[in-house]
Amino acid sequence: MKELLERLEDRFTVTESDVERDNLAFITLPSKEVVQAATHLRDIEGFGHLVMISAVDYIERGIFQLTYILHNYDKHSDIGVRTEIDRRNPVMDSIHHLWAAARVYQQELREMFGIDFPGSPRVDEPMILEGWDNIPPMRKDFDTKKYAEETYFPREGRVTYDPARAMEEKNYPLEARVKKRIQKLLREGKDED
Amino acid sequence: MKERRISETNPWEPTWCDVPKLDLKSERYVKIWQGPQHPGVTGNMALELTLEGDVVVDCRTHVGYLHRGFEKLMERRRYIQCFPIVCRICVPEPDYNEYLFAAAAEELAGIEIPERGAWIRALVLELTRTAFLTMWLGGQAAAFGLGTIGQWSVAHRDFILDLFEELTGHRIYHMYIIPGGVRHELPEGFAGRVEAVLERIEKIISDIEKVMFHNAVFKARAKGLGYIPPSWVEPYGITGSTARGAGVAIDVRKDNPYLVYDKLDFEKIVGGESDVYERAVLRKEEILMSIRLIRQILKRMPGGPVRAKLPNVFHWRIPAGETYVRAESGRGEMGYYMVSDGTEYPRRVNVRGASYTHAMALLERLALGVSNADIAGLMTSIQTCPPEIER
Repeated sequence: MKELLERLEDRFTVTESDVERDNLAFITLPSKEVVQAATHLRDIEGFGHLVMISAVDYIERGIFQLTYILHNYDKHSDIGVRTEIDRRNPVMDSIHHLWAAARVYQQELREMFGIDFPGSPRVDEPMILEGWDNIPPMRKDFDTKKYAEETYFPREGRVTYDPARAMEEKNYPLEARVKKRIQKLLREGKDED
Repeated sequence: MKERRISETNPWEPTWCDVPKLDLKSERYVKIWQGPQHPGVTGNMALELTLEGDVVVDCRTHVGYLHRGFEKLMERRRYIQCFPIVCRICVPEPDYNEYLFAAAAEELAGIEIPERGAWIRALVLELTRTAFLTMWLGGQAAAFGLGTIGQWSVAHRDFILDLFEELTGHRIYHMYIIPGGVRHELPEGFAGRVEAVLERIEKIISDIEKVMFHNAVFKARAKGLGYIPPSWVEPYGITGSTARGAGVAIDVRKDNPYLVYDKLDFEKIVGGESDVYERAVLRKEEILMSIRLIRQILKRMPGGPVRAKLPNVFHWRIPAGETYVRAESGRGEMGYYMVSDGTEYPRRVNVRGASYTHAMALLERLALGVSNADIAGLMTSIQTCPPEIER
């Protein structure tokens, strides 16, 4: 793994490299060198299996981190190629010509993060979210709770119970009634004041 | 050399990106939808098929009927609260998700699990594989009209679910593998009951072999169907028994041993014919191998604690870092990419479903030139699992 990282450092502008364990390392590259590096890793170093393309939203730094995880079937080791792209203008070079499966990942990233991959086949087609008109949902500024409250609502005629109170009324009906009466009296007393 | 229905073309031919130029107004083609509710598709997934006569000339997969946004939900939850979510990512094989999520969190947090915990985890994973593949055999047979096998195999999967109910309290989603090990010790006399179930499954597999693999109709329809050239394995990201059926010997359990697989005695099961029939035979062999593995595990399992001590899980901060862990599920390589930023919540969890590329990229390519009646069998054969495609 170490020799591989040294070879990559000679060839590319590796800004950061972490060795997570014996068979897994991560390197960070400028976004312009990723396709070159992926081609090099696939054809020269034997990393023939594209495991996944993933994106992480670092909203506080204004970037998306893209991670390409590649696997070498001969040495049974993985390398994660990370790159950072601007969050306001998320465009990345496509690698669909290297792996046929890459276009599916790119289509998903386009939909879920809004990262564009010009030239990737069918990248603008909706994949999972047909008819979605909000910001891409996997971005950190998409508020799932707010969206759920605005979009979904309880059916009419449904009653919700506070579980603690409902159990009290079921198991201790007398005490619950007395408690209710006392609370009512207290409320009335307050109003008179 | 027998006839192949799909010629072994160069995988780098841009067939997957070219939209076939079909004149849909020429009244030559019929467009039909198979799914999202259809007995011939696995789960809720739709195939938009363009037919010329009976032959598929264009196939588009449509997913999105099961999207529940699990990866996004996990970003709002503490690590321990993610466990009821992750197991729902794949319905027939939930334990791989639990194991991988736990393994990723343990690796980032630097937690060692006790040895017995690892052995019990391996036992649970192999039981799940047996249950899934047994049910899968029934699904594959039913796709070619042998409905009885489906009834046998689902009934026998239920015996394994009974074991899970005894072990974990749940039948489908177990939430048994948690960070630090497993939730609790095996019940008393569990090994004996596992052995009884394994014997029943072995018996039904030998019955299934007689009526399925020696059946002339099944052979006629499945042999030569869905041929995957070995050169497609890397470009399409094919893993698991689908790749092994094509003669590519990859198995995560052997190549990157996790848990206790380096101590177990087993072999990769590799084929070469790479058609639907071959893949079904391989998976039947894999059930038998899983059964042998379960027996080995039960025999050699050491004593000791099953769970390491964890910090308070409701305030559990995992140090910043990122990792990728993988396991061999019944459908292929399953992996979790986890990024932690040092807070109590995961920054990002990305699931590599084993059938993600199978169902999306590969199926669209494989379906070309196949008869409409064989699409169901083909789809089952590459083990599509919609819940893990959309997550």
